[in-house]
Amino acid sequence: MDYGPWTMDLKMKFKDKDMQLLLGQVLRAGTIISISIVFIGGVVFLYRHGFSIANYRVFNGVPDFVQHPSGIEYGILNFKGQAIIQFGIILLIATPIVRVLFSAIGFVLEKDYMYVVISLLVLSIIFLSMMSGHAG
Amino acid sequence: MPAYHFTVQMTILVFTIIILIGSYFAGLLGSLTGLGGGFVIIPLLTLVLNVDIHYAIGASLVSVIATSSGSAAAYVREGITNMRLGMFLEIATTIGAMCGAILAIYIPTNLIAIIFGLILICSAVLSVRKKVQVITTEKNYLAEKLRLNSSYPTPDGQTVEYSVIRVTGGFFMMVFAGIMSGLLGIGSGVLKVIAMDSIMRIPFKVSTTTSNFMIGVTASASAVVYFQRGYISPGLSMPVVIGVLLGALTGSKILVHSTSSKWLRWIFAVMVTFLAVQMIYHGLKGRI
Repeated sequence: MDYGPWTMDLKMKFKDKDMQLLLGQVLRAGTIISISIVFIGGVVFLYRHGFSIANYRVFNGVPDFVQHPSGIEYGILNFKGQAIIQFGIILLIATPIVRVLFSAIGFVLEKDYMYVVISLLVLSIIFLSMMSGHAG
Repeated sequence: MPAYHFTVQMTILVFTIIILIGSYFAGLLGSLTGLGGGFVIIPLLTLVLNVDIHYAIGASLVSVIATSSGSAAAYVREGITNMRLGMFLEIATTIGAMCGAILAIYIPTNLIAIIFGLILICSAVLSVRKKVQVITTEKNYLAEKLRLNSSYPTPDGQTVEYSVIRVTGGFFMMVFAGIMSGLLGIGSGVLKVIAMDSIMRIPFKVSTTTSNFMIGVTASASAVVYFQRGYISPGLSMPVVIGVLLGALTGSKILVHSTSSKWLRWIFAVMVTFLAVQMIYHGLKGRI
C-alpha cells in the first residue's frame, strides 16, 4: 500500500515516483485551498456589493486594500470580500512556485544536483520578475 | 481607451453571473480542444463586456494557473509527465513570460489585440492539422547531458522509451511561447506542444502532459508582474477563475467518456477564427 511520499521509509531511496506523488499533492492542495478562499471571498463580496453598479470599463487601478500585503491583511480582518479573494489569488499564483520549490527539494533528495541548480534558476527568474513589477 | 459603443448599466451581481457563465463555456471549450480557456475569455471580456485588456489578461492568467495546477495534479501522478524536461524548459518559458509581461505594459493595447488575433488563428490552424507521431531514439548530446531522455507507461502496461532531439531549437520556441503567455494572458499550450512534438520529437502523451505541467509556472512568472501593476482585479478574476475551472473539469469528464473530439476541434477552430478576426479588426480600428 502506498501512502505517498510523507510516510516513505527513510532508508529507501527517494525516487522519481515519490517526487511525482509529492508534486501532485502540492498542486492539488494549493488549487483546492486557494479556490475555496476565492469562492468564500466572492460570496462576501457579492453579498455586500452585488447591487452596486458595475464599472469594469475604466479602471483606476484596484483599491489599495487589495494591492499591498498590509492592505490585504487589513481587508481580511475587516471581512472585506475583495481582500479575501485577492488573498486566494495570491495563494493560487504561489502554488506553481511552491511546486518548483518542492521539485528543488526532491532533486536534493535524489542527489540530482544539476536539477537542483535548474530548479533554483527557475525560482530566481520568477523572483526577478517579481522585482521588475516593483520597479518603475 | 476603448470607444463607447453603447452603455448598459449592470449591477455587479448581473455582471458577475454573465462572466461566470461565459468563463464556464470558455473553460469547457478550452479543455475539449486543448487550446485553453484564455483564448475565449479575453475576447469575451474585451469585445463583449468592454473590459480594459490589461485587466482581462490579468484575470485570464489567474484562471490559466488554476486549470494548469488542477489538471497537472492528476497527470503528474500517472508518471507520463517528464519532470526534468519540464523543469529545464521552464527556464525558457519563465524568462519569456517575464519579458512578455513587461512588454505588455509598454506596447499599445490595440497592438496587443492584433497579436492576440494572429496567435489565435495560428493556434486554431495548428490544432486541427493532422499530426504524425515519430518516436526517435537518436542520440543528442544536450539531451543526454541533461538526462531528458525517458520513458512512459502505456495503458496496457508496456513502457515506451523515447529520446529528445533538437534541444536548443525547442528551448528557443519555449522562450517565444513564454513571451506570448505573458503578453496575451494565455497558457500558450499549443505553442509549447509544437516545440515539444514537432521540434523535439517527444511523444504526444508526454508533450501534452509536460506542457500542462509547465503552463502554471509560466503564467505565475507573468502574473506576479500584473499583480504588482494593479492589473489583477479581484471582482473580475473571481468569476473568471471559478467559471473556467468548473468548465475545464466538465471538459475533462467528457473527454474520458468520448474518444473522438475531431468535429469539436473544427467547430472551435471556426469559432476562434471569428473571434480572432474581431480582435484584429478592433485592434486596427484602435477600439481596444
